[in-house]
Amino acid sequence: MSGFIAKLVTVVTLILTGFAVLGASMSTESAQLGYSGTGMQQVAFKEDLEALVAASQAPPAFPPAASDGPRSSTAYQNVKVLGHLSTGEFTRLMTAITTWVSPVEGCAYCHNTENLASDELYTKVVSRRMIEMTMAINANFKSHVKETGVTCYTCHRGQPVPNQIWFTAPESPYAARLVGDNAEQNQPAALAGMTSLPVDPLTPYLAGSEQIRVISTGALPDGNRASIKQTEWTYGLMMHMSTSLGVNCTYCHNTRSMAEWEQSPPARAVAFHGIRMVRHLNNEYLTPLTSVFPPARRGALGDAPKINCGTCHNGAFKPLLGAQMLKDYKELAAPYVPTATTAAAPPPAEPAPVDPAAAPALGTP
Amino acid sequence: MSLLSFERRYRVRGGTLVGGDLFDFWVGPFYVGFFGVTTIFFSLIGTALILWAAAHGPTWNIWQINIEPPPLQYGLTFAPLMEGGLWQLITICAIGAFVSWALRQAEIGRKLGMGYHIPVAYSVAIFAYISLVVIRPVMLGAWGHGFPYGIFSHLDWVSNVGYQYLHFHYNPAHMIAVSFFFTTTLALSLHGSLILSAVNPQKGESVKGAEHEDTFFRDHIGYSIGALGIHRLGLFLALSAAFWSAICIIISGPFWTRGWPEWWTWWLSLPVWN
Repeated sequence: MSGFIAKLVTVVTLILTGFAVLGASMSTESAQLGYSGTGMQQVAFKEDLEALVAASQAPPAFPPAASDGPRSSTAYQNVKVLGHLSTGEFTRLMTAITTWVSPVEGCAYCHNTENLASDELYTKVVSRRMIEMTMAINANFKSHVKETGVTCYTCHRGQPVPNQIWFTAPESPYAARLVGDNAEQNQPAALAGMTSLPVDPLTPYLAGSEQIRVISTGALPDGNRASIKQTEWTYGLMMHMSTSLGVNCTYCHNTRSMAEWEQSPPARAVAFHGIRMVRHLNNEYLTPLTSVFPPARRGALGDAPKINCGTCHNGAFKPLLGAQMLKDYKELAAPYVPTATTAAAPPPAEPAPVDPAAAPALGTP
Repeated sequence: MSLLSFERRYRVRGGTLVGGDLFDFWVGPFYVGFFGVTTIFFSLIGTALILWAAAHGPTWNIWQINIEPPPLQYGLTFAPLMEGGLWQLITICAIGAFVSWALRQAEIGRKLGMGYHIPVAYSVAIFAYISLVVIRPVMLGAWGHGFPYGIFSHLDWVSNVGYQYLHFHYNPAHMIAVSFFFTTTLALSLHGSLILSAVNPQKGESVKGAEHEDTFFRDHIGYSIGALGIHRLGLFLALSAAFWSAICIIISGPFWTRGWPEWWTWWLSLPVWN
C-alpha cells in the first residue's frame, strides 16, 4: 500500500521537477493586453528581448547647431528641400544622415566630392525624395507615428539600403500548368511568417488597395463574397505585420472576432493607419523613383524597392522601441512652407530646438 | 442499477491505499473508500465556489458565465478572491477531485486483483488538464496563463492562445495529437462496427465470434490485430492523443515563443536541399 503511494509520489515529483528545470532553463517574460483569461498575451524569451533592446538603441544626437546666419539655400547651390536651414543646421543634418545611412561609404555615397551640388549620383536624388518623405510622414501621418515620428535612422540603421525592403514577386512559372494556378501558395513564404500562404502578400495591399477585410460580421450568410483565397492573402499580410512587429495576433485582435473594433486593442487603430501610410508612401514616393534607381536596385519585374511594416519596425512593436530621435532633428518634422510675408525674402530662422531639454514636451511613445 | 439481479455480488474487503477499513464500504452500488470521501469533498467545495464566482459575475446565462484566472501581474502568488483567487481555489478543488477519482479507481482495481490500466489511462486526462492550469502557467511564471472557466470564455481563450503562435496547426505536437484523435476515432469505429456486425447476423444466421471477426479483416486488409490487440491499440491511440495535446500546449510559450510556422525552418535548412 505505502509502496504504491511512495512510487506514485516519486514519479509525480520527478515529472514536475523535470518541467521546473526545463522551464527555468528557458525563462520567458509575458505581457497582458486584454482582460484576464482572454489569452490576449505576448510571451517572449528574455534573451530575445535583450537582443531586441540591444538592436534598438538610437544613436546619440549631434550637438545642436546655431539657427542664425546665412541660409543654406544662399550659401550652397542646388539645395531644394532644406534651403530654409542655417548652414550650421544644414551641415549638422547632412553629417547625421551620413552616420545614419552611409557611415562606411561617407559623403561620397550620395555626393560627387568634387561638386557636392551635383545631382549626378542617383543616390542623391533618392535621398532628397526620402527626406521629403520623412517630413511628410512626420507631418501628415501622426495617426501612425504620433509625436515620436521617424528619422532616416528608423529604417536605415547605418545601412544604405534598409534591412527589410520588398519587390513584387514575379508570376509563378506554374500558373498555367495542368493542375492549375497555385495562387502563389504552398511554398515557404518568407514575407508571410514562413507559412504556405501566398509568397507576395504585400503587392495587393501595400502597393494596391485591395480589400483586406474578409471576415463576416454575422453568424449567418450576410452577403459576404470574400473567398478563401482572398482570406489567405489577408492572412499573409497579417503574418507579415505580426513578424515585422515581433508581436502575435492578439496585439491587435481579440481573435474571437477579428473584425469587431469594439473588442480590438487600441493598437489595431494605429496599425490601420500604418497600412494606409505604407501604401501611400510606396505609391507617392518609392514607385515614382523607379526610373531613378539603377536596374541592380530594382526587383525581378523592374519595380522600385518598396517599404513594408518591417522596414521601420525591424521586429519591434515600436521602431527603436519608441526612442525619441525626431525631437533632436526638428528639421525633419514637417516640410518647410514659406509664409506669405517671408516668401520673397530669405526665410527666417526656424525655431529650432537649440536645447533638447527645452524642446516642447512630446507625447508618450 | 449497475448490479443486475442475476449478477453475483463481487465485493472484496481490503486493498485500500489510505484509511484502512475506515471507509471500506459501499453506499448502494458505489464503493466509498477514503478517496471517495475526498472526491465528494473537493467536488462539493469546487462546485460551490463556481456558483459563488458566477454569482459575482454579470450573468447567469450558462454559456456566458466566466470565471477568469488572475491577471499576469500576480505572477505565481495568491490573487484576491474576486481577481482570480476563486479561479485558483476552484483549480485546487478540481485537481483534488480528479486525482481522488483516479486513486479510487486504483483502490477498486486492487480489490479486484486487476491491473492499474484504468487509473493510468484516466491520469493522462488529468495530466492534460494539469498541463493547462499548472505546468504551463508555472513555467511561464503566472497563473494568468491558465484558461478561464466558462463555456464560451474558454473557447475564446483557446482561439487567442492559438493565435499567440500565429498558426497553431503548424505546432508539431498539435499535429501529432490531432492525428491520434482522428486515428482513435477511426480505430474505435472500425472495432465497434466489427463487433456489432458480428453480433447482428442476417436472418437465419447465428451470432458470429472472434474467428469471423479476424477473418473479416484478414480478407479485407490482410491483417487482423486480434480481439485483445485492438484494445491495446485503442488505449495507446487514445492516451497518445491526450498526451500529445498536453505536450503541444506545454511547448507553446515555455519552449517556443514565435509563430509555429517559423519553427519549420529547420526543415527548410536541411542540407539536402539547402
